[in-house]
Formats: sequence, C-alpha cells, structure tokens
Amino acid sequence: MNKKLRSFNSPTFLAYALIAPAAIYILLIVAWPVLETIRLSFTNSSLAGEDYVGFENYEKMLSSKKFNKIVTRTFVWMFFSVSLKLLIGLIGAILLNANLRGRSMFRVLIMPPWVVPIAIGMLGWLWLYNGYFGIIAGIGMHTGILEGPYGFLAYKQSAFISTVISDVWVGTPMVTVFFLAAMQGVPKDLYEAAYCDGASRWDRFFKITLPQITPVIITMSILSAIWTFNSFEIIWILTEGGPRGATTTLIIDTYKQALGNYKFGRGAARAVVVMVLLTLFAGFYLALLARINKKISHG
Amino acid sequence: MNKYKIHEKIFLYFSITVFLIFILLPFVEMFYASLRPLDHLFRSPYQFFSDDLSFWAYREMWNTVPMLPRYIFNSFFLATTTSIITLLFVIPAAYSYARFSFPFKNTSLYVLLAINMFSGAVLLIPLYKVLRTFGLLNTYQAMIVPGVAFLIPTAIWLLKSYFEKIPVDLEEAAFVDGASRVQILRHIIAPLSTPGLVVVGIYAFIGAYAQQFLFAITFNQKKEFMPIPSGLYEFIGYTTVKWNEMMAASLVGIAPVLIVFLFLQKYIVEGLTSGAVKN
Repeated sequence: MNKKLRSFNSPTFLAYALIAPAAIYILLIVAWPVLETIRLSFTNSSLAGEDYVGFENYEKMLSSKKFNKIVTRTFVWMFFSVSLKLLIGLIGAILLNANLRGRSMFRVLIMPPWVVPIAIGMLGWLWLYNGYFGIIAGIGMHTGILEGPYGFLAYKQSAFISTVISDVWVGTPMVTVFFLAAMQGVPKDLYEAAYCDGASRWDRFFKITLPQITPVIITMSILSAIWTFNSFEIIWILTEGGPRGATTTLIIDTYKQALGNYKFGRGAARAVVVMVLLTLFAGFYLALLARINKKISHG
Repeated sequence: MNKYKIHEKIFLYFSITVFLIFILLPFVEMFYASLRPLDHLFRSPYQFFSDDLSFWAYREMWNTVPMLPRYIFNSFFLATTTSIITLLFVIPAAYSYARFSFPFKNTSLYVLLAINMFSGAVLLIPLYKVLRTFGLLNTYQAMIVPGVAFLIPTAIWLLKSYFEKIPVDLEEAAFVDGASRVQILRHIIAPLSTPGLVVVGIYAFIGAYAQQFLFAITFNQKKEFMPIPSGLYEFIGYTTVKWNEMMAASLVGIAPVLIVFLFLQKYIVEGLTSGAVKN
C-alpha cells in the first residue's frame, strides 16, 4: 500500500471530525442529563428551588415499603412479559418458518403492533378491555364465563395481567422477526444431513435449530428485558399505574414522582435506581455480545 | 424433503390463525367499532352485531375535533423533521465508523448501544430543564430535539453496516486518481448508499412517529403543536367517549406509517435483523 493510500485510510482527525456532531449532540441531550439526574437525586429540587440534602431521598426511598413493593412488582411484571414474548415469539417464528403457502403474507401481517405508535395501539386495547362494550367482556358474558360486565383494568389482578398482555402484544413481533431471521440463517445442509440420518422433525428442531439460534435467543431475552423494563406508555395509557398502584412499575413511579408531583429530587433518586439497573442489564448484554463475537471470529 | 401431511398442514394453519388473531384483534376491533353507530357501541347487554354499519364516524370526527387536520400535519411534520435531522447527524458519523480506524472506535460504538437502552422516560427531568433553559418548552423543537437524540445510536449502527457493504477499492481507486474526498462522497458514496439511506430514513421516521407521545405530553402543552396521539385524547369528553370517532381517527392516524411500512417492509426487516443476528 502506498503512502497516499495509507493516509486515506487512517485520517484520525477527519474520523473524529465526522463523528463530532453526533457525539456532541448525544453528550448534551443524553450524557449531561444522566449526570444532572445523579446530582438532582441529592437535592430536594422542586418547582420552588433546590437544596442539597445528601442521601435523604435514597434513605426515604429504600426504607419505604411501597418502594420495595414497586421494585418487586416491576420484576414480576417483567418476568411474565419477557417470558411470554420469548415463548410466543419462538412459536410464532417456527410457524412462520414453515414452508406453507401464504407465509410471506403472514410475515407482513404480524408487524403492525411494532410499527404503529404504541399510544394509538393502546387505544384499541382500552376498547377491548372495556367492561361493558369490549369484545373480551362480551364473549365472556355470552359464554357465561363472566356473570356481568367486567372492567379488566378496574381490578388489581386483572389490570396487572391485562397490561402484561398488551406489552407482550407490542413486543412479540420484533422477537418473532429476529428469531425467524436466525432460523433462516441456519445452514441448510445440517438439516439435509439429519434428514438422511432419519431424524424426526422434533429431533431436527431440538438438536439443530435450537442450539444454532441460542445466541440470538440469549441476545433477544436481554434486549427485551431492557425494553420491557423501560416500558412506559403501555401502562400509562391503560391504567396510569392503577388501580391502587397495582400496575405501578419503577418507570411509572419515577414519572409520577417527578412530573406528577413535581418532586424532581425524589424522582431523580428513582431514576438513578432505574439507570443502575439498566447499566447492569446493558453491561451483561455487551459482555455477552463480546463473547459471542469472539466465538464467531475464532470458530 | 419438507412435505407436510394433511393433518400437519391443518394444525399449522390453525396455529397461525390463532397467532394472527392475537396480533390483529385490536386493529380489527378498532375498525369494526369505527363503523358502528355510537349508540350501538353502548348497548347493554353486549351485542356482537350492528345492522347499520357506515363510514359516518370518518366524516363526523372532523367536526368533533376541529384541530384533527392540524394534529395529523403535526405528526407528519415532527416525524419528517426529526428523521431528516437524525440523518444529517448520522451520515458523517456512520461513514467514519465504517471506513476509518481510530482510537476508542469500538468503545464508543458500544457506548452508543448502551445509550440505546436508556429510554426517554428516565431522563425526562433533566431534559425538561435543558429545554426550559433554551426556551424550547411548548414548541415543535421540544419534541424534535430529544427525539433525534434517541434515534441517533441505532441509526448509526444501521447505516454503518450499509456503508461497509460498499467496496472500499472503489474509493481508493478514485483517490489515487486524484479525486478529492468531497468528489468521492458525491460521485461514489452517495449514489451507492441511497438504498441504505432510504431504509435508515424510514426507520427513523417510524421511530419518530412512535415516540412523539411521551415527549408531547411532557414537554408541550400547546394544542397547535400536538401530534396525533395526544390529539386523539380529545375524543374523551366529560360525559361520554366518542369511541367510534376516536377509532376512526386512530386508524387515519396510523395509516401513513402502515403504508410506508408495507412498501418497504422487506428492506427494513432485513436491515434491522442482519445487524443484530450477525452481532
């Protein structure tokens, strides 16, 4: 390679100059707010002003029974939502991977929940969950499962389940598409060899497909854990965290404290907890990615 | 080798139908509700059928919420502006990541991935303060500025993988022949990367269209700047909710993204998954 070409391919200054606008933008709109949130969490900031209060927000928060309940609830909510997304996504991908007529149409038909703004999709779910006029209650009443009108979002347990279902609805298409892409990436000759050896369909799935797509399954479980953890609009629109706090997750609680009550300090302390947890998830995800990449480049 | 027996076929089609019902039920119900007269919707005991279905709600909704055209325009305007600004920031950065090697390249790429995981909801308090400091609350910018920031990371990753597919030899040859970097950009990179730019632009548009709600309810109180998701809540009146008109307006509101998506779904899905699956 001649000298001119080498300078063409590694101009550090130019490289940084091209990245600078995006980097500065993100520093200003994401990184600085992160630091500011940490600072605010040590103050009693509100619309009236702010004073340094040390760890008071954290002490109050961590010693409150309500907050501990919210953390537990967040993880239970996440557990159900993520496992359902993965399970339904996997089944969906298997179905859409089957060599059937019309499958390319089916693949398009599963995408709307992902593409449509969540805020609008949730209006549809609000109507479905309506106790008097929604079709779910309607079917329930006609079949006799429900004795009378039943507002699914009005009772603690059913509201919790309903928000999980709607969250699964939003998240499943993405998971399905990624699983499907992974399944299509499995080398065909593996299947042909197994077929010649007389392996059944189940064997081929459990001994070839599943191990081959495991990296993607792991990646998707962490990614959807992060997305589910961040899920705000779904719960906010359906229940605003109610009834009586039954669907209040960490994100909802943070929002309520900060922008509902204008207690910026307390809200910030919650936001810091959220960020710490997110950083843990993210670290886990990145470490895993690095390991998978290493495996691929060595294997 | 993969011929299904008839009972297997029936089972597969049946399962796919169940899956699709779960996915499409809200939309079907939204559409059905939009066709029914309001008093049919509010009948007790519950009735599945109405005899006089009509598109009446699609006409009446413009009277109930007179600002509706404005909200639809706002949604479009916000999403378009947000995605164009995102592209302006992302194109040079993605090019740099695709072509050059420099210190902290991988670290900063992973930092971008990590940023992706912070949702806007966590950072609302300081963002509120930033926007207030710059006097941007209750303006279009209040929704555009944070919107761009949360689209940049993924957009860089996506576009980087497109740029990487353009053979570097082409650029090197032109460079050796004495072409300037600007000329290379204009005559080689730009034409070859148009499909990639379109996909990333569409991705940004769909993302921007979807994320408006959170920023709109938090940073904007002015009706004239509201995007459609927040405008839809005007159908919820003091005494009754005009469900049929709200559903009609919702469907009109999601039509643009759905149409854009239908035409380009193949490229978008390919673009998004190829990065993640290979990673």
